[in-house]
Amino acid sequence: MNISQLWLAYRMRWKRRRLLFRAFSKRRQLTEIRNRIKDAKGDVILCFSVVRNELERLPYFLDYHRNLGVNHFVMVDNESNDGTFEFLTEQEDVSLWRTSSSYRLSRFGMDWLAWLQIRYGHGRWCLTLDADELFIYPYHGSKSLKELTEFLDANGSRSFGAVMIDLYPKAALGSGAYEAGSDPKDYLGWFDGENYTHKFQKKLQNLWIQGGVRARYFFEDRPERAPTMNKIPLVKHNRRYVYVSSTHSMLPRKLNQVFPQNDKADVSGALLHTKFLPTIVDRSKEEAVRKEHFANSAIYDDYYHELSQGPVLWNSKSLKYDDWRQLEELGLMSSEGWQ
Amino acid sequence: MSVGFVMLVHEALDRASQVARHWSEHGLPVVIHVDKRVGLEDYLHFRAKFADFANVRFSERYACEWGSWSIVQATQSACEMLLSNEKDIQHVFLASGSCVPLRPVLELKEYLGERPKTDFIESVTTDEVDWTVGGLDQERFTLRFPFSWKKQRRLFDWYVDLQRRFKFRRNIPEGLVPHLGSQWWCLTRRTLGAILEDPRRAEYDAYFNRVWIPDESYFQSLARLYSSDIESRSLTLSKFDFQGKPHVFYDDHLQLLRRSDCFVARKIWPSAERLYSEFLEPNHAVTAFGEPNPLKIDRLFGRATDRRIRGRAGLYMQGRFPDEGWENGKTSGRYSVFEGFTDLFEDFIPWLSRRTGNRVHGNLFAQDRVHFANGEAIYNGSLSDSAKIRDYNSKAFITNLIWNTRGEHQCFQFGPADKQEISWFITSDRNAQIFAISGAWAIPLFHSTLSFSEIRKEAARLQRIEAAHLEMLRNGQTKARVAIWSLAEFIENPMEYLQTILDDIGGDVQRRIAEVPSMADLNGFGQFLQNLKNQGMSPHLMGDFPIIDGSPGKPKGQRPYLVKR
Repeated sequence: MNISQLWLAYRMRWKRRRLLFRAFSKRRQLTEIRNRIKDAKGDVILCFSVVRNELERLPYFLDYHRNLGVNHFVMVDNESNDGTFEFLTEQEDVSLWRTSSSYRLSRFGMDWLAWLQIRYGHGRWCLTLDADELFIYPYHGSKSLKELTEFLDANGSRSFGAVMIDLYPKAALGSGAYEAGSDPKDYLGWFDGENYTHKFQKKLQNLWIQGGVRARYFFEDRPERAPTMNKIPLVKHNRRYVYVSSTHSMLPRKLNQVFPQNDKADVSGALLHTKFLPTIVDRSKEEAVRKEHFANSAIYDDYYHELSQGPVLWNSKSLKYDDWRQLEELGLMSSEGWQ
Repeated sequence: MSVGFVMLVHEALDRASQVARHWSEHGLPVVIHVDKRVGLEDYLHFRAKFADFANVRFSERYACEWGSWSIVQATQSACEMLLSNEKDIQHVFLASGSCVPLRPVLELKEYLGERPKTDFIESVTTDEVDWTVGGLDQERFTLRFPFSWKKQRRLFDWYVDLQRRFKFRRNIPEGLVPHLGSQWWCLTRRTLGAILEDPRRAEYDAYFNRVWIPDESYFQSLARLYSSDIESRSLTLSKFDFQGKPHVFYDDHLQLLRRSDCFVARKIWPSAERLYSEFLEPNHAVTAFGEPNPLKIDRLFGRATDRRIRGRAGLYMQGRFPDEGWENGKTSGRYSVFEGFTDLFEDFIPWLSRRTGNRVHGNLFAQDRVHFANGEAIYNGSLSDSAKIRDYNSKAFITNLIWNTRGEHQCFQFGPADKQEISWFITSDRNAQIFAISGAWAIPLFHSTLSFSEIRKEAARLQRIEAAHLEMLRNGQTKARVAIWSLAEFIENPMEYLQTILDDIGGDVQRRIAEVPSMADLNGFGQFLQNLKNQGMSPHLMGDFPIIDGSPGKPKGQRPYLVKR
């Protein structure tokens, strides 16, 4: 290690502490509504999420991840007014907090989650997801999350990487209807096979992945602005760990290294992104006004504008989503070394 | 005559007790060794479960550390206990607490009954072994290993290094040939008894005490001294990953395990409810009296390990991003790059695609957009034809294209008018095959309607770019297979060169050329080059072109060259 690397490592150490402190200082923004996690003992697998008006997605989201093997959900409701809050309070396996503070100023909810992770995630495997993400890993369906985390434990891994895959419908965005509780993959059946770009980022030592339908369709003229698709959704937490931006990267930096840089390969998963349900069109109109997403909202004005026009994202080379084995075959995820 | 089990247990005691009870209830005696590191309370609780089982015994406890002698000691004392208490057993089966029987007890008894003198123990000489951890195969028998590999790795490595430096060697006891093999075996009473009652046992024990991982070599070597019939394989199915750690079997391996016809498997995930309930079912149906056949499992697990070690060639993803030089193939398949061919031949692309059956693209790296085959706007994997997206990461573009068309052979055009960033990647890729006609870019200029001064400027620019590119191709570090002709050279003998190219690429249609692409009109081209020279430019990449048209070897007309039959 040379001097500049040491200096960077030192700066990252302080950045981590700063973020942890930030989370600590925002703890009062959260109001505890119901806390059942205190009773959970031992090796439970937790799922953390901040939600706002997700009544449409939550029934399936919760069921799906319950079936994978999530034992308990830790949710923060940020000013929902569509019944999300009430719905969550009815769920046996959900511990709920509520806040009316700014999502954006809380680093898009990450400060709140960081605090809850410090308190309840220490020493546990934690899945951190948005309500529009479905977690996919090799053998899901036949092997439980517990089997995955024990495999990772046995390999000495503390984090598990996944790539986001934007699902979209064949028809124009906004057309048709999705019924809450049904499988969103029935409505959003399609995705872009393999048009991702990868770049190693020295600073956080993560892999910056961009691509998928949003890069192809909305960011054709400024690919450098295309959304980040690499995620580290599953982590064996420690109270000293903290996410940096969304769940794209973490500190300490070794947690980002889910991709061997030698000749080896690691297991990895995917997050199916159900952003493009029919309500996307109205939501985009609302977001364009609310400006609570993305650090640099102005840049995304065009994006929201285009979205609100209800474009057709489908093309003749789009692939129909089948199962994880298809994603593995395509090289989007891998079961390498696991059987 | 029957078989008895020795079971080494150190974790998941509940599961171990289930399996021990299964064997015991089927009339097979079991001696259990519980690791001393298991707490006394847990141990007593575990032991109490077997209070009513007359044929289950507990042997003296040792603290067993991986790779250390204590595991052999534990095995020895448990075996002695079993042999002295159970006089009518013929075989001793060594199992662990995370083993599960895959076939009914009856079948195992019958199988061993038919082979009363056979010892099932994997036992190979060190020269034959390729699965040892840490590269220590022969040396584990000739060096001393007083330090723990798991807990004192630095000391371990340092001491190995020291002994190597001073050329230290231990003497192997006389008459003993070191053999290695799986820790899990099934030996006959005769062989095992002979090993345990050997008059030289103290000497052997003292020797193996300092051998590394003696549980993989003690019985494996000594059995060779006494056994009359060694079957060098284990009756226990166990698979190891590249670090030497055992693969774990889960519920979804049920069918796979069942069809393997092996007798016992390890290691089973303690929470694999279905595996335990199915295989410990008391009325376990008799399957077939087949030989153990772990081939399918071997293949599957072998593939998983291979991929873990090598990755998939040409794939870059969240689980794999090899640094330059570690790729095991920069791209996933072979492809061909053609430079200057579309300038020289008018219908080169359709011709090539007809002749080879391959996908032939236009200039993928053109300035305006990506020219995919058949002018498609979007290609396999939803690759966009946007030049901006391509240029944002041109390496990702080409590796994605080749990956997305696995099983096909891609051909594309390239030239000095294109974006050049990708040049280096292609020339350093072993999968690339580059055919270049240098100077051919001058032909479209020759036919163009631009003013001569513009042409002159453009010619100078393209020549500069191509010269740099050619230099790269000729550089010693080039990994691609490269063939370069000057334009003059190529049109001397186009048939022969085209044939060479087709032979090189291969493809579906492999015949002598019956059809040729039509060559651009080169009448006056020599004069054109002379004009450029007269304007002070020096077009040199085309080779030597005669100024006068109709020079020897280049007849005029529609068919400037002949089809060879």
